[in-house]
Amino acid sequence: MSPEVGAPMIQSSERRVVIPTNLITGIVLAAFGYWVGVNLGNSYLLIDDLNTGVLLGYVFASVLFLVGIGFANYPLARLFGWPVTPQSAGDEYKGAWRYFNLSLDHKVIGIQYLVAMLMAMLFGGIGAMLIRTNLLTPDQTIVAPDKYLTLVSMHSVMMVFVASAAIVGPFGNFFVPYMIGTNRMAFPRLEALSFWLVPPAIIILLAAPIFGGFPTGWTGYAPLSEQAGQGYDSYIVGFTLIGIALCVSGINMLTTIIALRAPGMTWTRLPIFVWGVFSASILGTFAAPILAAGLVMQGLDRTINTSFFISSNGGSPYLWQNLFWFFGHPEVYIFILPAFGIVLELIPHFARKPLWGYRTAVVGLLGVTLLSWFVWQHHLFVSGIAPALRPFYMFSTEMISIPTGIVFLVAFGTLWRAKISMTVPMLFCLGFLFNFLIGGLSGVFLSDVPSDVTLHGSYFSMAHFHYTIVGGEIFAIIAAIYYWFPKMTGRMLNNTLGKIHFWWMMISFNLAFMPLFAVGILDMPRRVSTYLPSLQGLNDWVSIWAYILFSSMLFFAVNIIWSWFFNPKLAPSDPWQARSIEWQLPTPLPKRNFERIPTFTSGPYDYGDPNRRPVADLGPEPASA
Amino acid sequence: MIRQDRTHALRLLVAWAVLSVIGIVIALQVHLPPGDQSHQASDQTWLLQLMTIISTPVFVGVVLFIVYSAFAFRQKPGAVLEDGPPGRGNFRVQVAWVAITAVIVLILAGLGINELGSAANGQDFSASGQSLGTSGTVGTTASRPLQVQVIGQQWYFTYRYADYGGVESLHLVLPVDANVELHITSTDILHSFWAYQLGVKADANPGVDNITYLTTEHTGNFTVRCAELCGIWHGNMSDESGQVVSQADFATWIASLQKSEAGLKLPPYAPFYFPDPRAKGT
Repeated sequence: MSPEVGAPMIQSSERRVVIPTNLITGIVLAAFGYWVGVNLGNSYLLIDDLNTGVLLGYVFASVLFLVGIGFANYPLARLFGWPVTPQSAGDEYKGAWRYFNLSLDHKVIGIQYLVAMLMAMLFGGIGAMLIRTNLLTPDQTIVAPDKYLTLVSMHSVMMVFVASAAIVGPFGNFFVPYMIGTNRMAFPRLEALSFWLVPPAIIILLAAPIFGGFPTGWTGYAPLSEQAGQGYDSYIVGFTLIGIALCVSGINMLTTIIALRAPGMTWTRLPIFVWGVFSASILGTFAAPILAAGLVMQGLDRTINTSFFISSNGGSPYLWQNLFWFFGHPEVYIFILPAFGIVLELIPHFARKPLWGYRTAVVGLLGVTLLSWFVWQHHLFVSGIAPALRPFYMFSTEMISIPTGIVFLVAFGTLWRAKISMTVPMLFCLGFLFNFLIGGLSGVFLSDVPSDVTLHGSYFSMAHFHYTIVGGEIFAIIAAIYYWFPKMTGRMLNNTLGKIHFWWMMISFNLAFMPLFAVGILDMPRRVSTYLPSLQGLNDWVSIWAYILFSSMLFFAVNIIWSWFFNPKLAPSDPWQARSIEWQLPTPLPKRNFERIPTFTSGPYDYGDPNRRPVADLGPEPASA
Repeated sequence: MIRQDRTHALRLLVAWAVLSVIGIVIALQVHLPPGDQSHQASDQTWLLQLMTIISTPVFVGVVLFIVYSAFAFRQKPGAVLEDGPPGRGNFRVQVAWVAITAVIVLILAGLGINELGSAANGQDFSASGQSLGTSGTVGTTASRPLQVQVIGQQWYFTYRYADYGGVESLHLVLPVDANVELHITSTDILHSFWAYQLGVKADANPGVDNITYLTTEHTGNFTVRCAELCGIWHGNMSDESGQVVSQADFATWIASLQKSEAGLKLPPYAPFYFPDPRAKGT
């Protein structure tokens, strides 16, 4: 089962090429690549608006950045027959610098992802605050309309980056190898690649305002996107990079979970969080390439004058809508499936009961995974699709509430007559259930075609998906941070600050987003910088509570920074008295996960069973094998 | 053990029943859009109301369970945490839960499909070759519908009355008690025609004749907005002065429109108009 036992972990180049590969080389090469790309593109000027240069600049910069940071070392070494060593360059750095360089250690990548995602969330959150500031008044007195649309687009794309990677990235990479009992991922280089594509994507997206921003939101509907200026090239390249990251991370996770499980880690003992990551990885692997393909087509339309999406030249805007949503709807389950995994993983540990209906929960997760491929046209209900299609997509969309209902049933079965230890992560899990319930119920209103005709594209649908993503996924992410922080960093987060954070966030979130349902049914479309003066009262209320919601993050930030960097006290190795394997390992975690690959002897949730066995045999190798 | 189960379940059930009734009574007070100006609008209002009523007990039940378990099933933080009973699932409960959600889904889907099935809600994308506007008669619920072409452009809608020689107006005016066939198209990028009080929303695509049907039932004003992001003035692409008027008023209005546009040379009427692909709007 475990061929990696005792074998050297990972091979990479030993030969120090003349230039050392690290972050600085990466940045220098990226700048050079951008210069080359822009000049190349502009010298072969194809149409009038210089998109070719910017696009090629971003592509060259991203590729050369990856080369500079060290991704070419190993392939080059193999190509030229240079000797290879078990470590990547970045793993030889000591201290914090290690985290700024290419590392093939899944623990380092998990931390890298966590910090990058929190930074991106901050950028996206600032965008949201600026949006709400503009909506304090019904006219465009604060932000000009083009700037406003750029804000909306930047906020949405940034938050989509965060939402698609912020669970599988930090927690999937960090904990899946522990949970299945392996020392590494199946493809550590792909794992590192899936992280190192994210910073270029974020920086390229943040560069959009330099070129005038872009007005399309995260959907990038053609032909509006074909009109957009150079700022839109950020969307194309940035989103493509995220698509590639999703795909390679999915391949890596699937292979790892299928092939590298330790002895005794049967499919029915797999922690439910791993099942969440597994189902999201299926979607990521197969949906993200469709996005990337569609974006390449948009790039070609904008540079070399193809007309995939230009109707007067024989293309079709419907093609983009279908490509985008065929990716886009599985994408929203890439957001939420690992969040289901987190909530169902945490509830048994804090309810001190086995996960109720484990197999049903797995069926629920896989059911969502399957159904999510058959619902995308509900985004096109009013677009003029063939009327005969609409009943089917209405029905398939409503069917999703069956497996989602199973998730609630499993959570409730586990809570039934439990001995709940009401910790901060548990509070966030219960908050998740409440918020996701509202998100799910409002989704039913949107799934029915006749009622969707009124609600489609209004603030109602905006409130709906913010309830599922912010109230759902972000709450699950925060629960996961409070839960796993002691294991990841060796420091406990402060409990009192955490409780203040929860109540502050829960109350302000609901007070900010609940009225948006009303705003939507009172005739306010999404993505508008101006609205009816009669809706100013509601909008001001929402803005003020949105500021308060943002300020709740201060408690979180202070808590994280203080606990991580200024609190000298080492966390106990199992602060929650949880049974799953990561808590049976010492804190801080040793560099090598397991000296000997463990043998799992029981499931992770066997609470209350007097005859239970330890979760795994973690002892040293028997003297005589 | 069983007795404890029963006590908790009974308490929850009673509380759920009481709170659900209260919730439904409150939900019935909520004024839901889009109103009753058209047949479609009143159908949507009814459906939204019904879904609110169906989802109220679900909402109440789930919230009640979360709150109840948070108080009834918690333990004091201690040095060694106590474990709960090791229940691993109950087949009958699981089957019942899935069956109940499936039944609710089937009811909702049935209602929606039934609603779609009534021809008035059909939205016909393929019928773009249909002969447009020659008769000159105003549609009534009995006869051929009134055809109006809605043209989205950055950043307003214009309306051409096919039955009246393709005269064009900046505001949509419709006769009451008439079957209306809206042909929605665009000359540049995607827009979405949203007549709020009429319960109509349909995308305007360049090169596509997107058809939606409507039966007006009450006179009054309505608002038209664009519901698909279409560039910087998307938020301003609205018109508060759409009107449903009496048949006589409509005849007068359309006659005066025809008269005022008599000398005007509008482009020939067509099911859709292709934009210039190189036009840069923003």
